[in-house]
Amino acid sequence: MPDTAIPHPFMEDLRACGKPVLTILEWVGDLGLFCWRAAKALVSPPFEGAEFLRQLDAVGAKSLPLACLAGAATGVVLSLQTRDSLTRFGARSLLPAVIVYSLLKETGPIIASLIVCGRVGAGIGAELGSMRVTEQIDAMEVSAVDPYKYLVATRILACIVAMPLLTVATDFVGVLMGWVATTLMEPIPLTLFLSTGFKGATFGDILPPTLKTAIFGLIIGSVACFQGMRTRGGTEGVGRSATSSVVLASLFIVLADVVLVRLIIEVF
Amino acid sequence: MATPPVAVSGLRKSFANQTVLNGIDFQLEAGKVTCVLGRSGTGKSVLLRLLIGLETPDVGTVCLEGQDMSTASPRQLNEARKKVGFLFQQSALYDSMTIGENVAFPLRRHTKLSRADRLDRVHQLLASVGMDRDLGKMPSEISGGMQKRIGLARALALEPTMVMFDEPTAGLDPITAAEIAKLIVELRDQRQITSIVVTHDLHTARTIADRLIVLDQGNILFDGTFEDFNRSDIPFVAQIVKDAA
Repeated sequence: MPDTAIPHPFMEDLRACGKPVLTILEWVGDLGLFCWRAAKALVSPPFEGAEFLRQLDAVGAKSLPLACLAGAATGVVLSLQTRDSLTRFGARSLLPAVIVYSLLKETGPIIASLIVCGRVGAGIGAELGSMRVTEQIDAMEVSAVDPYKYLVATRILACIVAMPLLTVATDFVGVLMGWVATTLMEPIPLTLFLSTGFKGATFGDILPPTLKTAIFGLIIGSVACFQGMRTRGGTEGVGRSATSSVVLASLFIVLADVVLVRLIIEVF
Repeated sequence: MATPPVAVSGLRKSFANQTVLNGIDFQLEAGKVTCVLGRSGTGKSVLLRLLIGLETPDVGTVCLEGQDMSTASPRQLNEARKKVGFLFQQSALYDSMTIGENVAFPLRRHTKLSRADRLDRVHQLLASVGMDRDLGKMPSEISGGMQKRIGLARALALEPTMVMFDEPTAGLDPITAAEIAKLIVELRDQRQITSIVVTHDLHTARTIADRLIVLDQGNILFDGTFEDFNRSDIPFVAQIVKDAA
């Protein structure tokens, strides 16, 4: 006898709700497998030294002007914004310390990470996506070259190494431009600005926030490579991969920052 | 008995609910050119991807040079792939590398040639496809036919015993298509390279094929020589012959 039973509306709703959940679970599962393959490629020889250096240049050196510009703008804005507030509370002498501490501990790392995420994340997502849809990644595989080793591991490692270095540059330019903005309003020698700003500062104040950006680099590299490698559907798919790389990596950076800040406060 | 370059047994492949290959069996003969014909969407390109291990079969086995591709370790898979060249439909040249770097890529990865020897070999390979003057150009600066030639030079870099061609003449003018066909025949006659060519182009197939396989709805509809193909009374084959006449 043919099955003529009409599906219960609740089951239909359940199926409709279940589909996005399954999609998310599939994405998480794929990401897990991707990370496993990438980690294996990262630690097993032979190592792709030349390609890593090329990626370090693309991720690090080529992002340097942008990171410095962002740091400079942040330093100036911090100086202008906090000056008024501190004057109101009679604490204007704390201005150098506020600029230095807020830049080094949080603003510098997060601004540098988000700027690099926008530039590098979109670039990696689009590049690998384009290679995927034009069969260049398949061509690499049939040439007996592991694309996870050659394309993915090198990019992730470059992001991990470049991020703290770019953060140091962002912090440096931010502090310098913070002094410039301050001294334009009320002249103060650079040495005095720095000695007041860094008064009482320890390595615990500077190193962990800078080094945490290596985790942000890991997030940028992993998410962008993952989205790029799973690109489907021609040029439209490449666009989607570039966009989703930036959006997801930015989101994960902000979420990871919450956890890392808490961890740093606990440990240091 | 010598191991066939490719042995396919009970090969099935589906995507979502669509069966692309429905349990096919065949073996390739060493040093011969086999053309695979069929309508669009009959799984010709998927067959090539299964043969080289870019896709895994749902059921059945693919043995490449005696190596079962579905049970091979990554190392074994790579060793088997080094013996095979693959020319993609869109050539799939690395667009961040020059033409010379594209051809040198497999050599750089898998041989211990010095820089000078590698450059010599790249020149030789490019000369063999009539393209030895444009070493420094980017793939985007050359025509589709030239890209196919460079793709072929790259596929031949590691001196493979077999080459797989995915629509080698698609989108090319008749003269360039004939030149590519001539190169495939030269590979067979001069280097005894086994070739499997997926194509829509019956004219090219007539020029190069020692054997024809026609795929239809996931099954092998015809398997034989061009003479058998012309005499076949299978309606679909007879229709192709009639349309091409």
